[in-house]
Amino acid sequence: MTALGEARPAEVGAPRRRSEDARLITGRTRWTDNIQPQGTLHVAFLRSPVAHARIERVDAEQARRRPGVVAVLTGADVAGEQGSLPCAWPVTEDMKHPDHPPMAVDEVRYVGEPVACVVARDRYAAVDALEEIDVDYAPLPAVVDMERAVRGEDGLVHEGLGTNESYRWVFENGDLDAAMRDAPVVIERRFVQQRLIPTAMEPRAVLCVPEGEEFTLYSATQIPHILRLMLAVVTEIPEHRIRVVAPDVGGGFGSKLQVYGEEVLCLLLARRLGRPVKWTESRSEGNMAVHHGRDQIQRLTLAADRDGRIRGLKVDLLADMGAYLMLVTPGIPILGAFMFNGIYKMDAYSFTCRGVFTTKTPTDAYRGAGRPEATFGIERMMDELAAELGMDPIEVRRRNWIEHGEFPYETIAGLTYDSGNYEAATERALELFGYDRLRAEQAERRERRDPVQLGIGVSTFTEMCGLAPSRVLGSLSYGAGGWEHASVRVLPSGKVEVVTGTSPHGQGHATAWAQITADRLGVPFEDVKVLHGDTAISPKGMDTYGSRSLAVGGIAVYGACDKVIDKARRVAAHLLEAAEEDLEFADGRFSVRGVPEEGRTIQEVATAAFAAHDLPDGLEPSLDAETTFDPENFSFPHGTHLCATEVDTETGMVRIRSYVAVDDIGKVVNPLIVEGQVHGGLAQGIAQALYEEAVYDAEGNLTTTTMADYLVPSAADLPDFTTDRTETPATSNPLGVKGVGEAGTIASTPAVVNAIVDALRPYGVRDVPMPCSPERVWRALREARGEEAEERGAEPGAGGGLGSAQAGGDQ
Amino acid sequence: MPRISVEVDGVTYEDEVEPRLLLVHYLRDRLGKVGTPIGCDTTNCGACTVLLDGMSVKSCSLLAVQADGREITTVEGIGLDGRHHPMQRAFHEEHALQCGYCTPGMIMASIDLLRENADPSDEEIREGLEGNLCRCTGYQNIVRAVRSAAAEMRTPSENPSESEVTS
Ligand code: FES
Ligand code: FES
Repeated sequence: MTALGEARPAEVGAPRRRSEDARLITGRTRWTDNIQPQGTLHVAFLRSPVAHARIERVDAEQARRRPGVVAVLTGADVAGEQGSLPCAWPVTEDMKHPDHPPMAVDEVRYVGEPVACVVARDRYAAVDALEEIDVDYAPLPAVVDMERAVRGEDGLVHEGLGTNESYRWVFENGDLDAAMRDAPVVIERRFVQQRLIPTAMEPRAVLCVPEGEEFTLYSATQIPHILRLMLAVVTEIPEHRIRVVAPDVGGGFGSKLQVYGEEVLCLLLARRLGRPVKWTESRSEGNMAVHHGRDQIQRLTLAADRDGRIRGLKVDLLADMGAYLMLVTPGIPILGAFMFNGIYKMDAYSFTCRGVFTTKTPTDAYRGAGRPEATFGIERMMDELAAELGMDPIEVRRRNWIEHGEFPYETIAGLTYDSGNYEAATERALELFGYDRLRAEQAERRERRDPVQLGIGVSTFTEMCGLAPSRVLGSLSYGAGGWEHASVRVLPSGKVEVVTGTSPHGQGHATAWAQITADRLGVPFEDVKVLHGDTAISPKGMDTYGSRSLAVGGIAVYGACDKVIDKARRVAAHLLEAAEEDLEFADGRFSVRGVPEEGRTIQEVATAAFAAHDLPDGLEPSLDAETTFDPENFSFPHGTHLCATEVDTETGMVRIRSYVAVDDIGKVVNPLIVEGQVHGGLAQGIAQALYEEAVYDAEGNLTTTTMADYLVPSAADLPDFTTDRTETPATSNPLGVKGVGEAGTIASTPAVVNAIVDALRPYGVRDVPMPCSPERVWRALREARGEEAEERGAEPGAGGGLGSAQAGGDQ
Repeated sequence: MPRISVEVDGVTYEDEVEPRLLLVHYLRDRLGKVGTPIGCDTTNCGACTVLLDGMSVKSCSLLAVQADGREITTVEGIGLDGRHHPMQRAFHEEHALQCGYCTPGMIMASIDLLRENADPSDEEIREGLEGNLCRCTGYQNIVRAVRSAAAEMRTPSENPSESEVTS
């Protein structure tokens, strides 16, 4: 306890080590797969080995007779009770939303779709029995290529819909035709956002424990509250008979923001069998059946003046939905509509997105969800514009960005950016990066035709996060609000329990929320415990995704603390026989203004409120309060990232030489956690630029089913990052926080690709498709040279700016 | 079924196991040593790393029968004397974990790394941990943690009252 009058050091802003760590570093964890009640049965799923086929017959007799097998169920066996998996975001009124059975009944539409399941004594027995199930598939055409699919060239994914286009969503502002007409510079590009597999390190796992008509479902989920509601809707088991627990969850990145068929089926199996059932995903089945991310083809047209000022931007998107619409599948690319304009001013903007069905795993949220795709598009275009004008890419951005004095600023996409200071973040990044020095080295390497060229990539970005304003979500046809709930109770002994509706999976909420509470209530950090992730304990919430937790959930905690203080003030005033207005509250203690020795700590007030011997009239015993917070606006983190790459023009190898990230995420609660989030985000964004891709062959087989094929980078593949911050508080919440979880991912992908293209521009390279593997880089070099040679009518290899370096690729 | 005798975290277990039972499943399902998680089925992620006679192995790539007569240390068997292992402390201090799923494997692999090289460079740490994937941290803080644990382990503190991790 601090002595009277001695201020406690502030928790908010301090790099507090995480309280979560203790159990994680010792293995005393509660991953779903670690929980195993007596008599648990194990489930294994038989998954479609083909992309598209009619199921003619399923013969499970042999499997049913295997030792240890308790039940084998096919899609047809549960057809009557399994419901259809929900899509909560019907983006247009006429959106095509096909039925999505958790287990396929008569048709399969992607490799990995569940067809049958075995329940057995142990997981080995369950997996063994899968091999005894015989399925006859009558092949239907695989629909793999989005551009062909939307034209219906390879047949239909859902015959009954008569089209592969799920929806068309349009946004227009300003007179684009006028903006484009006679524009001195018009740039058109086609970019591909490759399909990614989120790859949280913890595979999914579900355990459902029945108790009569009540069910406790443990799941490695980001969304226990939403999941509970959706399970009730899908299975028609009443909501109050379902409890969902998200115990320790080993990462999500959007992939666990879902209502998965396996969760529904485990619930149904537990009901049928009256015993706990558990399913734990293997990585290979996960790669096929966890929802994928990204997967867009972008056609962008940017019109500008010769001085670099943007006139207008046209965005034409094809977004691969995969075979079905899952929880927020159609909405993900739409989020990009608000971000394609980036931090720039322009006169006109048009955005069209078509959602396309293919016979592939459904797509949905992946870290950043719609915003990385958009940021990539606009930030690549800014570099292309700079190149076209022979201007420095930083200068082009400067000429177009919203200036510090212009906030709040209503963008062409209709959002109001509350605050920002792009100048400050950029200045800081340039300085840390040593921009001028690196540009000089680049010129020198170009001059001497070094086979290893230096490229500099920039990305100045913003994102909308703090996914909340319920009114706005409603206007976008999203199925629910975006508020967040918290309650704070000061226990009779003076210790504090905080209940939050957010559901962390690595973000450190238990530490950060305790820091907010400790400061607010003036109690020691160690006296605060944060509870989350269990619908029986945390009754309301909207869970964790979209960098919303702090800017919405953290503020709810802050608000609940304020309510507790209000109530405590009434009790304290009563106990001190003073007027409420005469009480000061500081460092956890109420005192009478001008008489500091007359006071009560909040702990003493809690004890008195518990005993309830002497409370003001009408006041209920105990010191607790709950609140929800629904902000007026999103929050808009921003930043400037700079990347220097060395690109070997002979081998195509790319090495990141340095990476600087200056992020403005407003006020910071815990700089340690923030830095960790930035690092992890950068790793994921860089991985999209350089390594990762979910690859399908022409028959619709996923060829990256294992971690050997799907290249999650290791420590040896990534550089050290230089990170720093500027601080422009958000105005939409009382703490001024913005959110940080996705910033690194959003900003880094274009920074890296811009750097690679910048290195290769003298060779005529204008783009390298992601992931920029050595082979792709090498090919881009070769194609650029070939094209140039043709244009000039010269021999291949003779054209281009860097003769000696150019010879490299052909060997 | 073959009989095996394995010492795990200082306790000897005699068991009958199916010949095909993976060591990691034996540890988790039979012994309840759930501190070691599973992240893949292709021996790529390193989440399941334990020490076998002091050397790091991926317990999903061994059969339980292969551990017969040998000694295994899991994350639950280090820092047993009521204090955390310096590597555990360093991971906490340097914020080298977020979701923590990769952490037991990372810690075990890092301990083995320092056994082979007590003073690794950052690059050697990165190379040495290549078989352990982390999706959350971007590795930078893990490298820092291993470096700081290495420094501490080279110069063991005189005074055994190192700060405990808060729980
Ligand atoms: S679980 Fe053993 S290496 Fe992945
Ligand atoms: S901390 Fe989450 S995977 Fe490493």
